[in-house]
Amino acid sequence: MPVTSLLAQAGPSLDPVSDLNQLTAYPFMVNALEAGTIVAVMAGLIGWFMVLRKQTFAGHTLSLMAFPGATGALLIGLSAAAGYFVFSGLAALLIGASAGGGAHRDRGQESAITGSVQAFGLACGFLFLSLYRGVLANYESLLFGSFLGITRGQVLALAVVAAAALALMALIGRPLLFASLDEGVARARGVPTRALGLAFLVMLGLAVAETAQITGALLVFALLVAPPATAQQITSRVGAGLVLSVLLGVLTAWLGLALAYFYGYPVGFYVTSVAFTMYVLARIARAAADRPTRLRVRAGSAGAGA
Amino acid sequence: MLAHEFFRNALLAGTLIALACGLVGYFVVLRAQVFAGDALSHVAFTGALGAAAAGIDPRIGLFAATIGVALVLGGIGRRAAADDVTIGIVFAWVLGLGVFFLAIFSTGSGGGNGLLGARELFGSIFGLSAADARIAALIAAGISVSVLAIARPLLFASIDPGVASTRNVPVRALGMAFLVLVGATAAEATQAVGALLLLGLLAAPAGAAQRLTANPYLALGLSAAMAVAAMWLGLAISYAIPSLPPSTAVIGIATLIYLLAFLLTTAPRRAPGPNASVREPAMGES
Repeated sequence: MPVTSLLAQAGPSLDPVSDLNQLTAYPFMVNALEAGTIVAVMAGLIGWFMVLRKQTFAGHTLSLMAFPGATGALLIGLSAAAGYFVFSGLAALLIGASAGGGAHRDRGQESAITGSVQAFGLACGFLFLSLYRGVLANYESLLFGSFLGITRGQVLALAVVAAAALALMALIGRPLLFASLDEGVARARGVPTRALGLAFLVMLGLAVAETAQITGALLVFALLVAPPATAQQITSRVGAGLVLSVLLGVLTAWLGLALAYFYGYPVGFYVTSVAFTMYVLARIARAAADRPTRLRVRAGSAGAGA
Repeated sequence: MLAHEFFRNALLAGTLIALACGLVGYFVVLRAQVFAGDALSHVAFTGALGAAAAGIDPRIGLFAATIGVALVLGGIGRRAAADDVTIGIVFAWVLGLGVFFLAIFSTGSGGGNGLLGARELFGSIFGLSAADARIAALIAAGISVSVLAIARPLLFASIDPGVASTRNVPVRALGMAFLVLVGATAAEATQAVGALLLLGLLAAPAGAAQRLTANPYLALGLSAAMAVAAMWLGLAISYAIPSLPPSTAVIGIATLIYLLAFLLTTAPRRAPGPNASVREPAMGES
């Protein structure tokens, strides 16, 4: 049954215990699973707000800032992490500051600004790369991730970043939720919506940058968007949505890693496919669930319903 | 500068692609679909890799993938305008598929240089042959003409879809047709000049034009003119400074144009600021 895998003896049996034993037999897989879990939890929580605030494009742009960050740091001789933080932070500030806090956001201009920032950031990356004249060894893994080479130290670094991001979320979560759901009312009540929006984008940028250097920009983005969007299809309640988002994210990361381990194609492919399938199923279920309500409402308005 | 053939080719293809991007970009920004354009340019990557993995001409894969995904995005969203989240999820999955094709392609071609081979699928503007440049220019010209042909109803449908549909403007069909045009632009621009140039030329000149004027036709023309100007200036600068990649120079100029427009339009608006904030609660009460 199993396709020939890169790892000779690997192959899923239908016995979950032995599968789990196989998965955790190598330290690199344990590291990958831990890193995947940390990223999924963080992405599930932050992404829920990102999807609610309709800032998916901004999230994607920020995750791509890993490229100019890495090449710029390489050129100057700084550590890569410093480069990521500088570029993601700058991009987040630019997008957040120029987006405008007016009563009606101009979506067109906002998307134009985000697109320009992304293009300019990537252009800087190519410039740094050509000035460096060297070969950037992990160009591919920068975008698509190499989950399987994660060290203990990187897992710890991820845990620290995730803890900091989650602590900040706990601090600004309530007012941010208020500001995201009804900006006008929130501002009238004295909530600093603009500052909150900016703080959220900067935090999103920093968290995504740190994560992208370890797992790749694509993977972070997939985990940032799909599980929260699936959760919001299933429930509109805040607490349940956040929990569901985290659970779905962790499940996606584990399934993706396990599939990649057993069948030997890139992790990015499996994680995005699992995430996509979940979202499609949730949408179909939502559409099916919505139909009876519509019928009931019609019956009720006709006077035939109970 | 014009004595070199490679520069003439770049100028020919670049001018017409910039023109197409400026025209398409105006509507992309107006309809807040820059993310869709960005996604389609990445989809081109998957299409080309998929075709390469299957052993077909990459160009067929490019156009099939971008136009196919454009139709899907148009079909899912209400009023043929998919929301950010849908675009993001479809786009992440398509990129994941691209990684999958890359893995197949690099094992299939028997070497570890899969990405190197894949990168050859994506042109650099200074590396265009005369025939390539002519084809690119023709396709870009075709896209420009198509956009201009549907400009009037598309403008109506973009600004006020409700009224437009009561006036029998086919809002949904127009939205689909427009996304297909964006897809074709993405496929064309990606292989000729690279995905990076596409995004910058779609977003920045159009965004600047819409800040500078509220007149739609003027903004449309201004957007196209600024895109072409950014392309010319960028190519010239990059010719003068060889270590500066052409795409970086063009994007740099385009971003500068947007920055100038932003500063020009926000500086005077500061003055009536307090007035506007006084008027706001009054509108809420009425």
